[in-house]
This record gives sequence, structure tokens and C-alpha cells, in this order.
Amino acid sequence: MTPRAIVIGASAGGVQALSRILPALPARFSIPVLVVVHVPRRRDNALVELFGAKCAVDVKEAEDKEVLGGGTIYFAPADYHLLVEGDGSISLSSEEAVNHSRPAIDVLFETAADAFGPALTGIVLTGANHDGAQGLKAIGAAGGVAIVEAPETAEVPTMPAAALEQCPSARAMSFDQITTYLQELAAP
Amino acid sequence: MTETIEDIEIELLLQAVYQHYHYDFRNYARASIKRRLLHARSQLGYDSISAMQSDVLHDRTMLPRLLNYLTVQVSEMFRDPSYFRALREKVIPHLRTYASLKVWVAGCSNGEELYSLSILFREEGLAHKTLFYATDINPTALQAAEAGVYPLDQIRLFTENHRKSGGHSSLSDYYTADYGRAVFDKSLRSQVVFSDHSLVTDAVFGEMHLISCRNVLIYFNRELQNHAIGLFHDSLARRGFLGIGSKESLRFSEHAGSFSEFVGDEKIYQRTTP
Repeated sequence: MTPRAIVIGASAGGVQALSRILPALPARFSIPVLVVVHVPRRRDNALVELFGAKCAVDVKEAEDKEVLGGGTIYFAPADYHLLVEGDGSISLSSEEAVNHSRPAIDVLFETAADAFGPALTGIVLTGANHDGAQGLKAIGAAGGVAIVEAPETAEVPTMPAAALEQCPSARAMSFDQITTYLQELAAP
Repeated sequence: MTETIEDIEIELLLQAVYQHYHYDFRNYARASIKRRLLHARSQLGYDSISAMQSDVLHDRTMLPRLLNYLTVQVSEMFRDPSYFRALREKVIPHLRTYASLKVWVAGCSNGEELYSLSILFREEGLAHKTLFYATDINPTALQAAEAGVYPLDQIRLFTENHRKSGGHSSLSDYYTADYGRAVFDKSLRSQVVFSDHSLVTDAVFGEMHLISCRNVLIYFNRELQNHAIGLFHDSLARRGFLGIGSKESLRFSEHAGSFSEFVGDEKIYQRTTP
């Protein structure tokens, strides 16, 4: 099944990890990609600028109530949770931090699993906390594809290892395998 | 996605709360409401949303507890200092020209934004001629706003925000520390009317010169955002100002054309239509 969206969560070491994956997406990649990275709170979104310059697909900051479109990477704004609604639009929220994080990976993953069910791929990358573990479990439980960056090669293995523990059916992949997997989704 | 039993239960609970208590969450952004209701269910120890609904309907003391889950009470004083700096530098000079002023803090929650504006207006010498309206749907939050007491461990952040907002007094002039709490000076609320008001079901508030409503609209769906922005439009005096959250926008509103961007980066708008 072609997913309706890809959701990715990353924390410590995440920018480098995403730099190995996102620029490899071809311009014709037609699936929306939503990304939560734990970053210090500040108003301007440096991630959008950084990846906008590197990627073939469009890169933008997620905006409240916008409808997801193909071929676009959406970054959660600093200091806001990013949620997916049942109609495929997105919402922002300044509710309490979850796992000491806002944005939290679990919030994105759980709401996306709810919205897209089996038509969702979730990827947990490097990080030093447990955010994303419950969310990946929810994606697996809804029949979606669960992937973690292989803990043994991750810069900080805690987060992908925690996700793997919560979601044992998740596939542990290297950067090359993740990239190949995503590129194959784009193949006609 | 097909509707799960849980989705149906949530729909029914929101309908029940509306019909019985006239609190209308039916058009709130659903993903967030669902998370909060599931959190309430587990925290309050129910096996299902339906079981919780039964108690909500039959036990009046459940409603305030449920409202504390359904409404978001996370804020801080002078949140987004650049917003307050823009008010200070760009909006205040216009407000000085009026003999008297009305300011509405819509969705004031625990009052952090209200006290921030009250301090800012005092610093700018406008407090004596300003009447503030602080409204919320959650009675517990309104009581907290009226009390003006915050955990002392938040004061460092509030102080830093206040300084960045261009504050030219010390935040410590406005509170006394007491057993781990900061108790804000009651003179800051001497010209404040606290009131229960819903942006969903209640009517226009009259002739405001400034409405500040930040990080409230994001919890609404598009239809409700449109409604609330219409309410703000109709509640503003001619050339009155509207400030919304840094990630909120007027673009889904049919009233967008009735406002002009006054400080675009800070989401401060001015009513343009007569």
C-alpha cells in the first residue's frame, strides 16, 4: 500500500541524520512528509532554510489547518505540537509538552496513525530520549509501516532502541536502506 | 479512516456536553480534543468514554474536571516578547490618542497574558484610562486569573520575557514572593472585568480598541475560526487592533478582507472596514 504520509521523528543528532535521508527524495516524490525534530524554542525555523536548500522537494514550516500536499516536507514549528486531523489537514497546538518536548514525536505519530491507519509510514531516528516510542507503537498497531534507524549505527541509539522495544515489529534500517525504501515509494 | 467506536463516543460526549451544559466543543480541532479526552479517561479512571459520559451527565461536579482537560491552560507572561514589543512600539502610540480604552483578552486562561498587558499599559502610562475585559469559558481558569498567583519557578522565564519585550520597570515591582509562589499585585486587576464568555456561543463584546487572543484559534476548526474572527471584527472599534498567535492566521476567514496587517510578523491586525 502506498502510504498517504510519511512521519519522521528525530532528536539529538537528528539534523545530520535527516541530511542523509531527505535530500535523497526525488523531485517527483508525491507523498507528504511530516517531520518533528526536537530543537530549542525560537521563532524562525532554521530547519526549513537548511533543508530547503538541500532538497529536491518543497520544504516548509507546517501551518495550522493547511491541507497536506504531495511532494512537500513539513517541519513542525518550534514550540508547537504538530497534529494530523482525520480529513488530512494539520493542526498546531501549544498544549503541555509531551515527553518534555514540544513539538513531541508521539503527538504527531499518534494523530497521524489515527488519521491514516495502515496508509502511514513512521520512522524514528537518532535521539537521547524516549519520544516517538508510543507513537511508533500506535502506527504499528494501526497496520502502518514502522521503521527505526538501526540503533547500533545511530549517533544516539536511545530513541530508536526505545521505539523498537515498544514496537518490536518495526524494521531496523541503515540510512541507505531507509533512503532506498523511500525512493521505491516514489517509483512509478 | 473509518470512524472507530472511540470516535463515535467522542462525538456523543461532545454532543451531550453541549446539550446539557451548553459548552460547545463540537467544532474544536478534533485531533487535539481526542488526545485530551483519552487522557481524561485514563486519568479519571474510566474504561471508556461512554462510561465517563454517564458520570458527566449525571454528576454536575464532573463538569469542571472535564473542562480542565478540554481547555488548554498552558501560557506564560510576555510569551513571544517581540509581540509585546510591537504592541509597545507600534500600537500604543495610536492608543494614546484615545480618552479612554477598552482591551479584551479573549480566552485569558490563567491570566498570564492579562497581567502582561496590564503591566505594559502601566509602564506606558495608559493604565488609568484603560478597562480590561478578561474572558474564558473555564471557571477554574478564570478564578486562577483573578487570583494572579503563579509558581515562583516560572518567574525567571517571565522576567526574561518581560525584559525582551522592552519593559522599562522590573517585573519584581509587581509581585511578592510567598512560599514558592509569586503573588501579583492586586492593583494590576483593579480595572479588569473577569467574565465567563464563549467565542463559540456568546455574543459580541462592544467597541474594543485592542483584542488579544493568542493560541486560542488553533484549537478551533476552520469554521469556528471563521466565526470567532467575525466576532472579533464586530467587537472592535473602527481602526481597532487584533493580535493573534504567531502561528495563527486570518486566511480561512471570510472576514480577512476587513482587516489589514498592522505588524505582519507579529500577527497584529487593524480593522479597516467601517
